[in-house]
Amino acid sequence: MSMARSALGKWYEDGEAIVNQGDVGDCMFVIEQGEVEVVQRSGENGVRLAVLGEGEFFGEMAVFDRDVRSATVRALGKVQVMTVDRVTFLRRISEDPSLAFRIIKKMSGRIRDLNNELTGLKSKTRE
Amino acid sequence: MALATERPQSERNTATEPEVEASSLKLANGSRVVVVGGGPAGSFFSYFLLDLAEMMDLSLQVDVYEPRDYTRPGPASCNTCGGIVSESLVQILATEGISLPESVVQRGLDSYVLHTAGNSAVHIKTPLKEKRIAAVHRGAGPRGIKEVKWRSFDGYLQELTVAKGANVIRKRVQKVAWNGGRPQIETKDGQVESYDLLAAAVGVNTGALKAFEGLGLSYKPPKVTRTYISEFLLGHEMVEKHLGNAMHVFLFDMPRLKFSALIPKGDYVTLCLLGKDIDGELVREFLAAPEVRRCFPPDWEAPQDFCHCSPRINIEGAIEPFADRVVFVGDCGVSRLYKDGIGAAYRTAKAAAVTSVFEGISAKDFRQHFWPACQKLENDNKVGGLVFMATRLVQKLGPARNGVVRMVSGEQEKESSKRRMSGVLWDTFTGSAPYRDILARSMHPAVLSSLAWNIVAGLLPFTKKNKRGDEHGT
Repeated sequence: MSMARSALGKWYEDGEAIVNQGDVGDCMFVIEQGEVEVVQRSGENGVRLAVLGEGEFFGEMAVFDRDVRSATVRALGKVQVMTVDRVTFLRRISEDPSLAFRIIKKMSGRIRDLNNELTGLKSKTRE
Repeated sequence: MALATERPQSERNTATEPEVEASSLKLANGSRVVVVGGGPAGSFFSYFLLDLAEMMDLSLQVDVYEPRDYTRPGPASCNTCGGIVSESLVQILATEGISLPESVVQRGLDSYVLHTAGNSAVHIKTPLKEKRIAAVHRGAGPRGIKEVKWRSFDGYLQELTVAKGANVIRKRVQKVAWNGGRPQIETKDGQVESYDLLAAAVGVNTGALKAFEGLGLSYKPPKVTRTYISEFLLGHEMVEKHLGNAMHVFLFDMPRLKFSALIPKGDYVTLCLLGKDIDGELVREFLAAPEVRRCFPPDWEAPQDFCHCSPRINIEGAIEPFADRVVFVGDCGVSRLYKDGIGAAYRTAKAAAVTSVFEGISAKDFRQHFWPACQKLENDNKVGGLVFMATRLVQKLGPARNGVVRMVSGEQEKESSKRRMSGVLWDTFTGSAPYRDILARSMHPAVLSSLAWNIVAGLLPFTKKNKRGDEHGT
């Protein structure tokens, strides 16, 4: 869905971390406006895993598995983000499991992308 | 007509005795669905019905009958409501992919200010300091508005349903009957159409429910009470200066008044009063209170003529809000007590849409899969009655009122504080959490012991905080 500029949520400045890898998370986020980059630390380096835009969400893994944040998410330019509380979200899913359809669809897309990347990497290794 | 199974029964329908098996009535490709009423409940139902149907490769025709024109200000588009989209609903809609645009949200609210007689105002901020409550106008704006700067909330939801594929028909449905076991509507201008499923989303503030009497259902409308809502034009700058991005809640011990709040919008401030027999005298008494006066510019006086209404709100849900091929969503079915009516419309509409697409459209299907969502709201409303009873008690009893204010002030001073009472009040006033959750949190030993201490400490003349000035006042 194409999203118009929203009056709700919180603004983050360019480069500002919205979540940090290793932090304990109790919420997920929906991007209302702008873009974020998802970066995972690997030793000294950081690897950019994805760039997410309006209408996309992040931080959902910590909501479901209660583990620490698996990556750092930073604002790419000014970005407006809505925080979705874990309790609010899970309570609502327990009442209406269909709320999870959209999340599952997005996560399926991410797994598909990862599979493609993995296939590409394995192909390169064989060469 | 593409329909899985035609209902083999007489014209008379009763929800209590469905004459068909649950699985025999289902929507199929080409099924026609009528939604009577295009407010939030009707729009949410249409939107999610089409969304879920698309996922299931089901092609439906959805006609929404709504005579209101949401581009016209005043009564022509107003659905008479305080215009708050609760924190929980804003979050859930975001996860559903529905973002409320700046052109609709007149103000994002991030805090509330608690006003009590004789105490300083306490500004209570959410830990996240994030705008997650939307202040909107349901219609295009109050009567007498000179310039329409924001779009109607109801109009925006209707646009979403149209984008999903619904047809909006600007006609009033004046009669509903059965035709060969299917619901049939007749509009004011004589148009007659039969459908496979009828969703009634007509609220409780029009005479539209009378149109359904011809169906002979077991349905009984909800019990209602009246509230009072008015809109005052202050101008954007004055609203910003005097009310900010906070909802102002007043715990006054005024006869007949149960709850009162000022909600800042764009150029307007909305006054919501809940109580018994609210009349002009009570409104004037409320507006004259010093704590209320401080929320307005010093020289402000309520104009002689301003947009106001006394809409009905539910205090007890409808009986049997479903039958074969018929379901009642939103206020005309079951809603939340006093708060978050739009959130309740979303819940019941979504439950009805999920049931219609995945389970079926017989009374049995609705009873098994839609009714539990309504019952959950109804059961929570019973707990809500206790919560509001306790709130009224706090309003009436000076020491308890002062203890609550003292406790909340103390919580707001400490960044690391758990802010238990602040959270309880926030959710009570904004309708952001189930009442059972609010009651459980308010009964926490830490809350009760801290409240008891603050009540006692508030009675002692030399306690540190009792000598403080207004540190959190706005």
